[in-house]
Amino acid sequence: MVSETVQVSGHIIDSLILPKILDEIIDLNGTFEIVELAIGKRKMDTSAARLKVSAPSHAMLQIILKRLARLGATSVALKDAQVVRARKAGVFPASFYSTTNLPTFVRSRGRWIPVERIEMDCGIVLDVSRRRAVCVPMVHVRQGDVVVCGTAGIKVVPLERSRQHDVFQFMGSAVSSEKPKAQLIAEVAKAMRAMKRAKRKILIVGGPAIVHTGGGPALARLIEAGFVQVLFGGNGLATHDIESALFGTSLGIDVAHGRAARDGHDHHMRAINLVRDCGGIRQAVRRRLLKRCIMHSCVTRRIPFVLAGSIRDDGPLPDVITDTLKAQDEMRRHVNGVGLAVMISSTLHAIATGNLLPATVKTICVDINPAVVTKLADRGTFQGIGIVSDAASFLRELCLALRLSPR
Amino acid sequence: MCRPTYYTIAYEINPWMNVQRQANHSRAVRQWEALYALLTRRLNVSVQLLRPVRGLPDLVFTANAGLVWEHTLIRSNFRYPQRQGEEAVIERHFRQRGFQVERLPRTFNFEGEGDALWVGEALLLGFRFRSDAQAHEHLSRLLRCRVLPLELVDRRFYHLDTCFCPLSGTAALWYPKAFDRYGRTVIERCVHDLVEVPRADAMRFACNAIVAHHAVIMQAGVSTRLHRQLARRGFRVKEVDLSEFLKAGGSAKCLVLRLNSPRARAGRSSQRG
Repeated sequence: MVSETVQVSGHIIDSLILPKILDEIIDLNGTFEIVELAIGKRKMDTSAARLKVSAPSHAMLQIILKRLARLGATSVALKDAQVVRARKAGVFPASFYSTTNLPTFVRSRGRWIPVERIEMDCGIVLDVSRRRAVCVPMVHVRQGDVVVCGTAGIKVVPLERSRQHDVFQFMGSAVSSEKPKAQLIAEVAKAMRAMKRAKRKILIVGGPAIVHTGGGPALARLIEAGFVQVLFGGNGLATHDIESALFGTSLGIDVAHGRAARDGHDHHMRAINLVRDCGGIRQAVRRRLLKRCIMHSCVTRRIPFVLAGSIRDDGPLPDVITDTLKAQDEMRRHVNGVGLAVMISSTLHAIATGNLLPATVKTICVDINPAVVTKLADRGTFQGIGIVSDAASFLRELCLALRLSPR
Repeated sequence: MCRPTYYTIAYEINPWMNVQRQANHSRAVRQWEALYALLTRRLNVSVQLLRPVRGLPDLVFTANAGLVWEHTLIRSNFRYPQRQGEEAVIERHFRQRGFQVERLPRTFNFEGEGDALWVGEALLLGFRFRSDAQAHEHLSRLLRCRVLPLELVDRRFYHLDTCFCPLSGTAALWYPKAFDRYGRTVIERCVHDLVEVPRADAMRFACNAIVAHHAVIMQAGVSTRLHRQLARRGFRVKEVDLSEFLKAGGSAKCLVLRLNSPRARAGRSSQRG
């Protein structure tokens, strides 16, 4: 049983706010104890009540408190969050509070401050004078930074179940290769259209399998139709995409006919080499050497992309960020404002992105391997759905559901 | 009132707004001018004008500027940043005309006469989608009266003045489905004579009506039954087409701010002429 004391005052009797508060606590499976109740004598006088609200779990208590706050009841005698200054750059104080990806608030000088740029597995640095709290990864904490420690004065807000039908209501956490796909993809398309209408960003995280399976043109089509605002990937995705643009092959296999091309095994190296000679992907587009497919669409539509490098990369392309910490920071920059993330056929980049996203971002994970989809769904509390499918089929169906004409 | 010179649908902050369904600007201006002419020429109501500002399309909805009592304006704290720009404009206008301007603490949202309506000596405050319940205590202290917060439960009726309209100290129009049972009980206790507006009329914002002397100005096209119910109580319905403003989730009442409060004082008759 967890409890918190709230107070509410004003014309709470005549307006039935107090009876409503008591009814709501019961309806939400909590209990209350009236600690103090002062009722105004004259019509114009106000009344005040102090209630101790209890619930079986912290999460349920938070739900009740959030509802009561809307009715005007606020918590009393709250403690500010405990803070300790970091002694060394890149090292948190020992008892630092480690974040989740749920919306989080920190209490400072009696007020709740929202934590900006919330991300899991980070610390919270407080700027007391400017009343701001920011989520900071371990590697970026500076000596002297005021870091939130312990658990007092920290409020984590669970994701609210929407009262009305939400286009994302279809998102459960069950992953199954047996679910009717057409319906799921139709819902994904609906979600993307809603995001676009609301002018929120859609992020695509993609692996090279997109190109290998022939899904490149469909993804390029999505980009050109304005359904992608950010693209994350690695050297593999970009390289094979450029290979298919220049030679019509991906890892030497002809994308249109599925046959191994003669001497195709070195096509991707020639593609990388050509882009390195130009100085980068944008330069290759400007010089009209790269004229189609995913990366070309990104450049012509001015869609930012982050290519994060790994130890298995060939080349790599000049645009690939080989310093992983710098790559993470670049990804963080672009994750701001994202409302929907679609991860297609990429374990590494999908998990890396999942680590950066706040729980409020809707996530769709597509992979041929159910284990990958489950792994991502288990990352933590988030609104996500998994679809077991190969990349090309998914992208093609998605384009159809979005009524985009095929190329 | 404020001319709709810069009125447009620039964002979506209520369920009626859709940037893909734009207001026809010249039609909106004609409709506003018709309302203005009806008030000033036919009903002899004196109207002051607030200068429109480019980039503040919803400034035209002056009911949300605040709440006026005697020579004080309790200024609104808008919930949405898109309308927060109006606050400074409103304050400047009223200060220049000699009003004292009071502000509620920034943590409380309050959207003025859109959510605060007098019934006799009590002020009813709608909360949830725009104004906060906690604002009621501050208002009570400033105005030295009872303020009853009422929760609104239908997103489409997001301000109290979209679903409740006091006609006098004892009668009011309302759309009961916009409230929960607590809200309905409180309203039934405060107002003896409640005229229930049917759904079709409510969706036309019939409750968003201006009461001036014995005239009730509302969106054109409401049912004849409503006309009759009001006539029985001594009110003449004056219809004005304000459909371009419904595209932003507003109608007649939203377009005006009362400078002489209909608040009844103890000992004075609550029936206004």
